Amino acid sequence: MSTTLTTGTRPTAAGPTSTPMGRLTSLARAELTLLGRSKGVLFTALAIPLVLPFSVYASAKDSIQDATSLSMSEIILPAAVGFSLLFAVYSALVNVFVVRREELVFKRLRTGELRDGEILAGAALPSLLIGFGQCVLVSVACLTVLDSKAPAGAHLIVLGVLLGLVLAVLAAGVTAALSRTAEGSQVTSLPLVFLSMLGSGMAVPLEALPDKLASVCELLPFSPVIALVRGGLTGELSGTETLVQIGLGVAWIVVAAIAVRRLFRWEPRR
Amino acid sequence: MTTTQIHAGDESVIEVTDLRRVYGGEFEAVRGVSFEVGRGELFALLGTNGAGKTSTVELLEGLDRPAGGQVRVLGHDPYTERHLVRPKVGVMLQEGGFPSELTVDETVRMWAGATSGARPGAEALEIVGLAKRGGVRVKMLSGGEKRRLDLALALLGRPEMLFLDEPTTGMDAEGRQDTWDLVRSLRDAGTTVLMTTHYLEEAESLADRLAIMHEGRIAASGTPAEVTAAEPSRISFELPQGYFVGDLPPLDAIGIVGHELTGRTVKLRTQHLQFSATRLLTWAAEQNVELRALDVRSASLEEAFLQIAREARSQDEPGRRAGDRQKEAVA
Repeated sequence: MSTTLTTGTRPTAAGPTSTPMGRLTSLARAELTLLGRSKGVLFTALAIPLVLPFSVYASAKDSIQDATSLSMSEIILPAAVGFSLLFAVYSALVNVFVVRREELVFKRLRTGELRDGEILAGAALPSLLIGFGQCVLVSVACLTVLDSKAPAGAHLIVLGVLLGLVLAVLAAGVTAALSRTAEGSQVTSLPLVFLSMLGSGMAVPLEALPDKLASVCELLPFSPVIALVRGGLTGELSGTETLVQIGLGVAWIVVAAIAVRRLFRWEPRR
Repeated sequence: MTTTQIHAGDESVIEVTDLRRVYGGEFEAVRGVSFEVGRGELFALLGTNGAGKTSTVELLEGLDRPAGGQVRVLGHDPYTERHLVRPKVGVMLQEGGFPSELTVDETVRMWAGATSGARPGAEALEIVGLAKRGGVRVKMLSGGEKRRLDLALALLGRPEMLFLDEPTTGMDAEGRQDTWDLVRSLRDAGTTVLMTTHYLEEAESLADRLAIMHEGRIAASGTPAEVTAAEPSRISFELPQGYFVGDLPPLDAIGIVGHELTGRTVKLRTQHLQFSATRLLTWAAEQNVELRALDVRSASLEEAFLQIAREARSQDEPGRRAGDRQKEAVA
């Protein structure tokens, strides 16, 4: 170690005062580097959301189109958005949150100037960007390749995606709180993934389900997100229905935010 | 619980009053701890594993809300006013907490971006002797190197106040010496340091003042000299063949306040080492016997430490124990 030391009172070249944006981006940059080095998480995040829509395409051709009046893009696009939210954002972040907690990274970060919200947002940012990028990509692909038509309400699609991204981050926070280990988190994230794929209108549009079942499924966390995206495509969502879906989506976000506040742990259980 | 007084005229940087911490609603890890640390002082918290050192320091670092009592760091509550305290303090936790897949440089860059007035990363690594390891992933570092990285990050923002939780654990002898030199030079440059350690020689050589914790309480506190002054010095030797303890000169007459016999080894405790040792050696000369394995030593921090553990075992009145020891030590 060097014995000559410049400290406290005589700064050499001191950096600037830290800002929320600066703190957030330096953490997000490190997270992005880590994501690039975590091949398993990267594969789940990048490949699965882009492969799954093809299986929906197959079943859509066989049966869904007979049961509903939806066009191919109206079936596939909401499904693809849902898969991105579930795999690129939600599942990926459950893993990130649990690993950072168990490695004591969160605890160490909290001894610095980063605020709690900045830590979560910084850790989430790379996955959010991937998720958002995928949503844009599949939207463009669906609307040009499958059916070349402009969506009836593009703003609803954007709104649905944004609500979905926020919900996916918060849901990941809740699931991480309930997971003890990184291995365990691969299991604890499955219930919401399956429930959402089957019941929130992703793999099967709610229009294709029996009415009673559909009315229950409409209340699931990601259902309003998918409803808004699909509504933006079909233009069949009335003003009241739109408000109801937005209200439901916001309600789930509030519930998840409260759960994160109460349950989220910054360090491993003793 | 009495508060350890800091030296007159010093501004206190840390004030802890009757601090308590409870885990899981049951286990009370910190049971009413009070102390103050003055500006520019190096204060050490000593104790066995599980004594409550880390639990106490984490409350000072603002990582948890105390179950009772008050903490002020640089005039603020470190938990509710984190944002006011953090830019001025540097923290080294007991265990790292760095992503294992990042390199040393990437880790420092991440921290620098989140630290006000950060010194250049290369400078921080140079200070702790990690300059040549910048490109290495954290998972490839040795235990001692991880501690150095941790220290580099704690020093990144040129903190007024430094928390070091067992800074040299896992370091080799040279690394430990380097770290001691570094901590000393930081203190000399005006940085206030609060460190925990279970290496007694570390506290003895570095600390301006220290507190010994035991079972969540402060059992003794003061300068190293004050804490050891209360302890008796020790003489030990092997009883010569054919002699019994009763054959020694009358023990209280030569200033011995306690003795024990283990096998043939006699241990004597005295408050007047020179007097007792002279009398004992004069007796041995007169008897013409050799006191084998003769060991004469002044009270050390180790002695004080062991004494506290012994007393704790023999007494079951926690309140009294803490209070008494404190008075003794400071007196």
